[in-house]
Amino acid sequence: MLFLEGVRVGFPIGLGYFAVAFSLGIAARGYGFTPFQGFLSSLITYASAGQYMGFSLYAVNGTILQLIILTVIINLRYILMGFALNQRMPAGTALSRRILVGSCITDEIFGATIARPGVPSPYYTFGALLTAVPMWAAGTAIGIGMGNILPAKIVSALSVALFGMFIATIIPASKKDRRIMAAVVTAFICSYIAGAVPALSELSQGTRTIILTIGISALFALILPVPEGAEDSEEIKKEVLSHED
Amino acid sequence: MKTNIYLYIFVMAFATWCMRVIPSLIMRKPIENRFAKSFLHYVPYVTLAVMTFPAIVEATDEPVAGLVAFAAGIIAAWFGANLINVAAVCCITVLFIELMI
Repeated sequence: MLFLEGVRVGFPIGLGYFAVAFSLGIAARGYGFTPFQGFLSSLITYASAGQYMGFSLYAVNGTILQLIILTVIINLRYILMGFALNQRMPAGTALSRRILVGSCITDEIFGATIARPGVPSPYYTFGALLTAVPMWAAGTAIGIGMGNILPAKIVSALSVALFGMFIATIIPASKKDRRIMAAVVTAFICSYIAGAVPALSELSQGTRTIILTIGISALFALILPVPEGAEDSEEIKKEVLSHED
Repeated sequence: MKTNIYLYIFVMAFATWCMRVIPSLIMRKPIENRFAKSFLHYVPYVTLAVMTFPAIVEATDEPVAGLVAFAAGIIAAWFGANLINVAAVCCITVLFIELMI
């Protein structure tokens, strides 16, 4: 069942979330949030960088307008992810299905959904969302309420779980499609440089993600466009063969 | 005067949700334009790659642990480990290295 498949992938995502949310909670505590407020905002927002921004903005008396503008900027990547998911849905897909799948977008659930072949299913994404987000919310509340109870080494080890899941999404795709591999390697290098160059490293992580994603994807779309009509490697292979004639 | 915190929380959640569903509201069928199609073909992997490195190195207490976990995760994924196993490989690598140091 698709829902259970989503639950199965949502659980390790949730474990990773718990560790990250815990540290988000420690920050939120410093900004004056109660465990209930932290729990509520994590439960309905489920956006790590965006929430961190929101909490810190509240602490400095940011206005609602500032909050909206910064939320839009920090979460711009969700728009890109939404387009990528909708690109996988054929014409005539019900609007409700599109909205339900879109509503589940987080970095990790998007990654898991993209890694799964076929048309994105709301059962799958909700299975993952409903499993992972309560752990995200609980982690935030516990982080606010109890501060540092987990040993630092455990927190440090859990904090890479999310990245492990990203790696598990990009590597198999790179293995199958050398153009994706080239784009991924370029992304690693550029991201490293952007974090080290003073002018760029002053931008927030979210802003850097957007700039690099748009820049590198556009570059590769220009120099290595996807062959017309080709969706999978089989068709790409056919196209390559026909060029050899 | 401080804005009501619950108004703040709900606006943050709603604005975030809008970002998730805007593409769903405006797309009716897959994009045919070759450049746009190619662009969207790359976006998911590029964005995940950008978010992974060097962030994984900065996430751990010891940068070297994050770096080795990054390499271990890539090797595990290359040889076919699934989502959960790759995540576990990365976590265990970090724990192991940080206990050694």
